[in-house]
Amino acid sequence: MYNFEFSKPSNIADAVAALSSDEAQALGGGQTLLPTMKQRLAQTDMLVSLTGIGEMQGICVGDNGELCIGGATTHAAVAADGNYPGLASLAGRIGDPAVRNRGTIGGSLANNDPSACYPAAALASGATIKTNARDIAADDYFQGMFETALEEGEIITEVRFPIPEVSNYQKFVQPASRFALVGVFVAKFADDVRVAVTGASSDGVFRWAEAEAALSADFSKAAVDALAVPSGDMISDLHGTAEYRAHLAKVMTGRAVAAAC
Amino acid sequence: MPKDHGIGASSKRREDVRFLTGQGRYTDDINLQGQAYVHFLRSDVAHGMLKSVDTSAAAAMPGVVRIFTGADFEGVGGVPCGWQVTDKHGEPMQEPAHPVLAQGKVRYVGDAIAAVVAETKEQARNAAEAIELDIEELPAVVDMKAAVQEGATKVHDDLTSNLCYDWGFVEENKPAVDAAFEAATHVTTLELVNNRLSPNPMEPRVAVGDYNPGTDDSTLYTTSQNPHVIRLLMGAFVLGIPEHKLRVVAPDVGGGFGSKIFHYVEEAFCTFAAKACRRPVKWTSSRSEAFVTDAHGRDHVTKIELALDADNNFTGIRTDTYANMGAYLSTFAPSVPTWLHGTLMAGNYKTPNIYVNVKAVFTNTVPVDAYRGAGRPEATFQLERVIDKAARELGVDPIELRRQNFITEFPYATPVAVEYDTGDYEGTMTKLLEMIDRDGFEARREESARNGKLRGLGVNCYIEACGIAPSALVGQLGARAGLYESATVRVNATGGLVVMTGSHSHGQGHETSFAQVVADMIGIPEDQVEIVHGDTANTPMGMGTYGSRSIAVGGSAMVRATEKIIAKAKKIAAHLMEAAEGDVELKDGAFSVAGTDKSVAWGDVTLAAYVPHNYPLEEIEPGLEETAFYDPNNFTYPAGAYACEVEVDPDTGKVDICSFAAADDFGNVINPMIVEGQVHGGLAQGIGQALLENVSYDENGQLLSASYMDYTMPRADDVPNFQVDHSSQTPCTHNPLGVKGCGEAGAIGSPPSVVNAVVDALQRAGHTNVTHIDMPLTPTRVWAAMQG
Repeated sequence: MYNFEFSKPSNIADAVAALSSDEAQALGGGQTLLPTMKQRLAQTDMLVSLTGIGEMQGICVGDNGELCIGGATTHAAVAADGNYPGLASLAGRIGDPAVRNRGTIGGSLANNDPSACYPAAALASGATIKTNARDIAADDYFQGMFETALEEGEIITEVRFPIPEVSNYQKFVQPASRFALVGVFVAKFADDVRVAVTGASSDGVFRWAEAEAALSADFSKAAVDALAVPSGDMISDLHGTAEYRAHLAKVMTGRAVAAAC
Repeated sequence: MPKDHGIGASSKRREDVRFLTGQGRYTDDINLQGQAYVHFLRSDVAHGMLKSVDTSAAAAMPGVVRIFTGADFEGVGGVPCGWQVTDKHGEPMQEPAHPVLAQGKVRYVGDAIAAVVAETKEQARNAAEAIELDIEELPAVVDMKAAVQEGATKVHDDLTSNLCYDWGFVEENKPAVDAAFEAATHVTTLELVNNRLSPNPMEPRVAVGDYNPGTDDSTLYTTSQNPHVIRLLMGAFVLGIPEHKLRVVAPDVGGGFGSKIFHYVEEAFCTFAAKACRRPVKWTSSRSEAFVTDAHGRDHVTKIELALDADNNFTGIRTDTYANMGAYLSTFAPSVPTWLHGTLMAGNYKTPNIYVNVKAVFTNTVPVDAYRGAGRPEATFQLERVIDKAARELGVDPIELRRQNFITEFPYATPVAVEYDTGDYEGTMTKLLEMIDRDGFEARREESARNGKLRGLGVNCYIEACGIAPSALVGQLGARAGLYESATVRVNATGGLVVMTGSHSHGQGHETSFAQVVADMIGIPEDQVEIVHGDTANTPMGMGTYGSRSIAVGGSAMVRATEKIIAKAKKIAAHLMEAAEGDVELKDGAFSVAGTDKSVAWGDVTLAAYVPHNYPLEEIEPGLEETAFYDPNNFTYPAGAYACEVEVDPDTGKVDICSFAAADDFGNVINPMIVEGQVHGGLAQGIGQALLENVSYDENGQLLSASYMDYTMPRADDVPNFQVDHSSQTPCTHNPLGVKGCGEAGAIGSPPSVVNAVVDALQRAGHTNVTHIDMPLTPTRVWAAMQG
C-alpha cells in the first residue's frame, strides 16, 4: 500500500468537499478498494471514509412504501431488515460475515463489479440511486463493467427500492471467489416483472427483456423455458464459457421465478 | 478397549496447545536485531531476454541498503537438482543452470530478477518499483506437446531442446508389452490430464538469513520440511559454506504438502545477502508471490492403454505421459514422474506386462515438483480411470473387474521394479463395501432423481510406495542423497528424555506420535518424552519429512536408538540389582529380575547413569544417550479402497459429494486420531484436485489462477463427513513398528473415485458419450460434457 491521507467526515457536505480534489477517493466498507490498494493496484492521495456519516446510515420505509437504505449501510444491516425479503436474502449471501459487516450498499453500487449481487437487485427493483447531487434511476445508472453514471466526487447517499409483490435472487457462485458467476434477481410488481442478470455479461448487469415480457404475461417457470439468453455478450473465463453463462442466466431465472411463486 | 496411552492410543496432539493459542513460533515470528527486509523484483513476462537492469534510481531511494542483481551471483553456484534421471537411451537428463537471480533471461512469470534489501518492507518494495528493466519478450513455451516439437522456442538456449528426458520403464520390457497388446482380446484407451495444482500451505514461505562476522557462521531460518537437506544443498552447491559453518533452523512450520521440501532461491539469497550486508535479511512471501514461486504439483498429460484377455484378466498396461518440469528443475522434480510414478503403475493388480514412457518437458511456467502424493496420485488416477472405462466397455461390474485382478499373494514383485511386502486388497475392498451400503444405491439414486439430481457411485483402489526410501536403491535410480532417517535419544538424569530427530513436523503431530512410541517402549508416561526437530545444530543429520516416511523411517530410527538405550539401561540395572543382565526385564518403567522381587525404577537407573557412584565404569560409559540411523530395506505399501457418491445437477453441472468412504491399510497405527486427521486432510486435497483446483496459464505464460479469486481451494462445505476406516491392517514386514505411513493416502486415492462417480452419474442418466471429463470437474466442464 502506498501512503495516503485519510479523512472521515461526519456529514455529506464535508465529504463532498473532501472529495473535490482530483486525487481523493471515496471509501465505503473497503472490501474491494483496500485489498486493491494493498496490492498496489490502486493508489490515492486522500481516502475519504463515508462510514462516519450518520445521515447515510440506516434503513427505513419511505412515504411511497419504498425501502430507503443509507449509502453507508452495511450488507449485514440490510440482511437483517424484514421489509424486503428478497433483498435481505441477497444481502445475507454476499461474501462472508466479515464482508457483510464492513461492506456497504453504496460502495458496492459505486464500484459496480460485474459479478456483484446488489446491482441485480437495484436494477430489477427499479431502484433510485440518490446522490449528493441528484436522483438516478437504476436503468440509467449502470453503464457497463465498473462503469456508472456517477460523476467524479459524487456520493451515493441513499438507495430507494420499490418493494415488489414477490421477488427472489438466485446466485450460482463462481467456485473460487464465490461472487456471482451468474446471479438473477426477479421482481414481480403489480403491473410488470423485472429481471436483472449479474455476473454474466461483459457489459455488466443487464435486464433480460424477453423474460420480463414473458413473465409479465405468465409468472411461472414454464414461461421462460422456451427462451434463451444470447451468449454473444457473455463473459468467458476459467469458470464458465459464454454459452454456459447464457444457459445459467436462464436456469437461474427459472429458479428465481419458481422460488418466488 | 481402546488404549489410553502409548502405541495405538489416540493421545491428544500436544503441539495443538501452542498452535491453537497463538503460541506457535513460525519463521516469520523470528526477528533479529538489525534485520533488513528484501523484496524481490519478479518477471511479469513468461519469457524474455534481460537486456538491462538499471538500479541506479532505485539505489538512491530511502532506506535502501543494497540492491542485488544476477551479476552479484556470477561465480556463485546455482540451485541444484537432487535427482538425475537417465533416459531410455542411457543418457543423463538435460539439466539447466538455475541461478539465484536471473542471468540473461527470464523464464517464467515470477522469476526473480533483482532483490532490494532495505530498512523496511515498504521501502524495499518502493525501490523495487523504481528499478528500470529492459526485457525483450520472447514467445512463451506453455503447451508441453508444442514445446517438444521441432523448432520450438527453447526455454534454455544451452540445452538441445525443451525435452528434459525421455524415460522408458522398463525399456527392455517394451517388446513384451507390445506383444501383450497384440494378443489382447480387448484394449481400453484413455487420454487424460492430471491438473496442475498450487500447494497453498497456510503459512507462506519465509527465510531469514543471519551472519556472525565474529565466527564466520551463517544461519538460515526457513520454512522447510527438511532443514538438513537445505543445509547440504545450499552450503555445498550454492554458497560454498561447509556444514560446520552453516546452521539451518526450521521452527514451527504451517503446512508444506511437499512444497517446503525444495531448496528455493530465496533461501540462498537471504543467507548470501546477510553476509554481504553484514545484517540479518528477511523475506516473507506474500500469498501472491506464493502462487508464482512455490513449486507446483502434478501437471501430467497421459495416454494410458489397458489390455485384457478373453477372461477380463489384465494382460498389459502401456502409458505415454508428458510431465511438466516448469522453467527450471526443482530439487526432486525429475524423480516425481519417473520413480514415484512409473513404479506404481501396477497398482493393486497382477498385470504381467507394463511399460511406462515419460517425457519431461521444460516450459515457461513455475517449476513443478512433489506435491502430496507426488507421482503416485498420477499413477493411481490414470490406472483407476482406465479400469472403470474398461469395465463399462466390457459391461462388467467395475468392482468385480478389480477384484478379479487383485494381487493376492505376497511378497509380490511387480513388473515395474518394486516388491510389495504385504497387503490385503480384498480385505480393504470388503471393508469398503461394508461401509457404503452398495445395495441401497439404487434407492438413493431414485431419491436423487426425484429431486432432479443425477446420482453416481465411483469406486477405486490405490497403492502407494511410502517409507521413502532404501538409500542404495534410490542411489541406483539417480538420487543424489541417501534417504535414511536418524534419531538421538538423550535420557536425562531424572528419567525424562529428549528425542532429537531428523524428521520434521509441519502439521503431522510428530511431537505426539513419536513420544507415544518411545514412552511405550520404556513404559513411562508420554509427557516424559520431548521431541526436538528442525534445527541442524541440535539434531542428527536426517532427510526430513515427506513421502509419508516419518513414522516408517524416522520412527524406526527412534526405535533403534531407544533399543540401544534400553540395552544399556539394562546393564546398569543389572549392576544395581546385582543380577545377570540376561535376567533383567523392563516393564512399565521398572526393571526387575525374573523370578525374584528385585526391582529398580527407571529413574534410579537413569540417575545412576549420570551420577555413577555405584556403576560398572570398567564395562560401560556413564551417561545415557544413543543415536541410530535407520535405512529401510524396502518401501512400504499402504493401500486401500475408496468410494464416492455424487449428485450432479443436470441444469448447472454442479457436483455435490454426498458421501465419501475410505478403507485404508496403513499397517500398524500409532495414533488413530492423528491418522484419521491425516486421511481427512488428504481427502479434502484430493477432492479439491478432482472438483475445484487448477493452475491455469494463458498462451503467453501469464498465470490466470493467481489468487484465491480464481484458484479454488476446497472449503468445509465442499466436502462431506468422511467415513474412514483403517482396521484392515497388514503390518509392514520390514520395519520394527510394522507401520506403512498415512500422510498422502487420501490425496492419492480420492480423485479417481470422484471422477468415476461423476461419469457414472452421467452414464446412468443416458449421457453414454461421456467416458471421461478432465479434472477439475467444474460446473462449466460437467455441463459442457452433458451437451455432447
